[in-house]
Amino acid sequence: MIEILRCTVNNKPVEIGIDPRESLADTLRERLGLTSVKKGCEVGECGACTVLVDGEAIDSCIYLSVWAQGKTILTVEGLQDPDGGLSPIQRAFVEEAAVQCGFCTPGIIMSAVEIVGSGKQYTRDELRKLISGHLCRCTGYQNILNAVERAVNEAHKFVGK
Amino acid sequence: MEVGRSIPRVDAADKVTGRAKYTDDLCPHPVLEAAVLHSTIANGWVKSMDISEAQALPGVVKVLTCFDVPDIQYPTPGHPWSVEAAHQDVADRKLLNRRVRIYGDDIAAVVAEDLITAHRALKLIRVEYEEYPVALEPEGAMAEGFPPIHEEHPDNVLARMDLRTPIRGGEFETVEDVLSSPKFRQFQGHYETQQVQHCHIENPVSFAYMESGRITVVTSTQIPHIVRRVIGQALGIGWGSIRVVKPYIGGGFGNKQEVLYEPLNAWLTTQVGGRCVRLDVSREETFQNTRSRHPISFDVAAAVDEDGTLMARYCKAVSNQGGYASHGNAIVANAVTGYRQLYLDQIGHHAQALTVYTNRPAPGAMRGYGIPQCNFASECFMEDIAREMGLDPLEFRKKNAMPLGYVDPFNGITCHSTALRECIDKGAAYIGWDELREKYKNQTGPVRRGVGMACFSYKTGVYPISLETSSARMVLNQDGTVQLHLGATEIGQGGDTVFSQMAAQAIGIPTEDVHIISFQDTDTAPFDTGAYASRQTYVTGKAIKKVGEEFRAKLLSYAAELFPDADGLTILHRHIADGSGEKLISLADLALNAFYSLEHSVHITAEDTNHCKDNTFAFGCCFAEVEVDIPVGKIKVLRIVNVHDSGRLINPQLAEAQVHGGMSMGLGYALSEEMKFDPKTGRLLNGNLLDYKLPTAMDHPELKALFVETVDPSGPFGNKALGEPPAIPVAPAVRNAVLYATGVAVNSLPMSPQHMVEEFQRGGLI
Repeated sequence: MIEILRCTVNNKPVEIGIDPRESLADTLRERLGLTSVKKGCEVGECGACTVLVDGEAIDSCIYLSVWAQGKTILTVEGLQDPDGGLSPIQRAFVEEAAVQCGFCTPGIIMSAVEIVGSGKQYTRDELRKLISGHLCRCTGYQNILNAVERAVNEAHKFVGK
Repeated sequence: MEVGRSIPRVDAADKVTGRAKYTDDLCPHPVLEAAVLHSTIANGWVKSMDISEAQALPGVVKVLTCFDVPDIQYPTPGHPWSVEAAHQDVADRKLLNRRVRIYGDDIAAVVAEDLITAHRALKLIRVEYEEYPVALEPEGAMAEGFPPIHEEHPDNVLARMDLRTPIRGGEFETVEDVLSSPKFRQFQGHYETQQVQHCHIENPVSFAYMESGRITVVTSTQIPHIVRRVIGQALGIGWGSIRVVKPYIGGGFGNKQEVLYEPLNAWLTTQVGGRCVRLDVSREETFQNTRSRHPISFDVAAAVDEDGTLMARYCKAVSNQGGYASHGNAIVANAVTGYRQLYLDQIGHHAQALTVYTNRPAPGAMRGYGIPQCNFASECFMEDIAREMGLDPLEFRKKNAMPLGYVDPFNGITCHSTALRECIDKGAAYIGWDELREKYKNQTGPVRRGVGMACFSYKTGVYPISLETSSARMVLNQDGTVQLHLGATEIGQGGDTVFSQMAAQAIGIPTEDVHIISFQDTDTAPFDTGAYASRQTYVTGKAIKKVGEEFRAKLLSYAAELFPDADGLTILHRHIADGSGEKLISLADLALNAFYSLEHSVHITAEDTNHCKDNTFAFGCCFAEVEVDIPVGKIKVLRIVNVHDSGRLINPQLAEAQVHGGMSMGLGYALSEEMKFDPKTGRLLNGNLLDYKLPTAMDHPELKALFVETVDPSGPFGNKALGEPPAIPVAPAVRNAVLYATGVAVNSLPMSPQHMVEEFQRGGLI
């Protein structure tokens, strides 16, 4: 059985046939080629598959694609500016050495987009809580926190001006 | 200087944009999906299997069972092969096993058009078992009458080792004499570590297909060349008929230093006409069916003179090997060796190690290869001795630590450089050791604080226990930049970046002009055994240095043809310059000449192997400050610092990041992580990332990494091991801090709240 999914993915309208049993992670990876969406557990434990649906970070492995009908989806592939430059959050991850194996990276970056997008400033402990749905085995989260903190501060400065 | 620069990772931009391709990202669609049937008993035999219903399910392509596989037992660990039979790895499993040795053993496989069908088919397979009792601990498996888990080892002991160092001084004949002499203070201890899992976020997925009569396997592995060899051995076919491709990999930590499901997947594609088959290993299967870190129990003894000098020590380690040999006795042998090496015994040392088959999921290599276990025993024991004797624990360690110039009496590994004592001083200064020890002594009340530390030594690579070889290839591009091609693997640790820096340093060009080929393809990549044993910056580094110098000499030789009258040719700022520093030609123009000259066209390349016949010790320590909430058994690490002597740092920023990750893994080992089993059935109870307590960002304090840089004379750029060491000293440092806070000596891991409440009850604090 095939259903038609109409939604917006990375700022482009999309219309595709999907199996109603399939997860958004599988649709994004296997039908749309958006392989930044990683699968580490497929039960919503590791956070590697995080994408934004209408601006909210969700685990796409436990989100049925049919629920995305009419919604707006953003993945890491949609973050670069039109000239291909890295977004400030991506740059912060590069410069703070927050990337090692890189498998958890796209998911955490998407949570960082949500965090930065809130327009609020957070304490270090609040940031720890906000990214605690993401598991990373390489970094001890230290440089990831540095990168997220930097991105939040930079955005705040920008907004402040 | 390219070595020593904190440049961003060469793969960072690809990884933050989602462009970096991991194994599953490259899998073609549609693809046939494979799924494995796991046994529902932990010990026994598959007597029969009925696959008729499964085979009849629409969408099922093939059902294959343990009755169908080639009758070949093969080894799985990622060791270099040995041409001497006596040193070859234990070959104790088949692609699918009739003899069931763990709960969840691989007994059949389904290939289907989609994964849902494959899993439905698994449920339709009827299995009849002959069931044996289950032993999850060595004592049970070694008990009289317990059935052999492998018929080759009737007592379930895979191997034993017994080593005595030569006795120094004429007064005693054996270590046991020293350990019973009234001349010295005598100590005994018993310490135990638990089974934990690597938890790389990418599971070990692979896909396999046939092309031109050969098998290609694309897989998430640390050891592509070894995977190729083991597939050949498992299928009984020529190793040249197999091609293994390694894309970016989402972490390994030693689990992917084992050949896991690649041979089965390679065989499955041959059974479905060479069509592409994906074998996606779930998180639950990764826990149950791949590797983990060995639980090891230690019985130790030491004789110490009144000044705090170690006279003799004894260490017996029993390693729980689970159902398959994996790395065999190598890991526990490394554990007792590492235990011995960290400190000097004035008279002698006696070590015994044994590896015992049980019905647990088989442990294998995991970051530190036995050393996190022995270091827990060593550093708890040293702390206990110091406390008992009233010695300063830092001075006690410094006094007995391996000295510069130490040569191991068995394997000859030499201490070419050491800053262990300086690391201890630096860590103590950072944490405020003296003030905190004073502040936290003699506390009372339910919430108490403490400070503790532990130190370690760690060798660099596997020489001379095993082969150390590495090859590199450098190829000139038309614009004067260089392609770097290695058999060494990037697994997330930053290898590609530091390899590029090393090549740039050796050639004399900027790192930006070195283009490393990150994916390994055994058809084209030069030979290297892969990422393990913290070996690559040292062993592969030597190959890069050697080939880089050859490549540089070829560039200069071609320049000499163009400028026959010039003296003292060198490479300077992307140019060939003469001895006075005057630039003669850009490397880009030199390259164009070399490619397209009508007089002498040559593609300038260099390729060579470096057979490494050296090793060296890295050192370091961890200091931790903790707060213990005694009634609830909760340990909170307030501050923590690791200080490392890993020789010269190739990229300080990446080195620091590597240390953070190791400290995090050490904190999980110390406080929360443990694979738990049902003792009756042998079934793993918490094989998922919810019930297995991997640390989150909320579970950590700020992680501080410091270094004392030495220039190791044996290292290619003065560098030595860094990858594994950061995980080693954390658990005993936290344990010793808890001891200082509460007076309770915890001798087994993890120090979870449940465990700590029991310990505090035993210690009379609750």
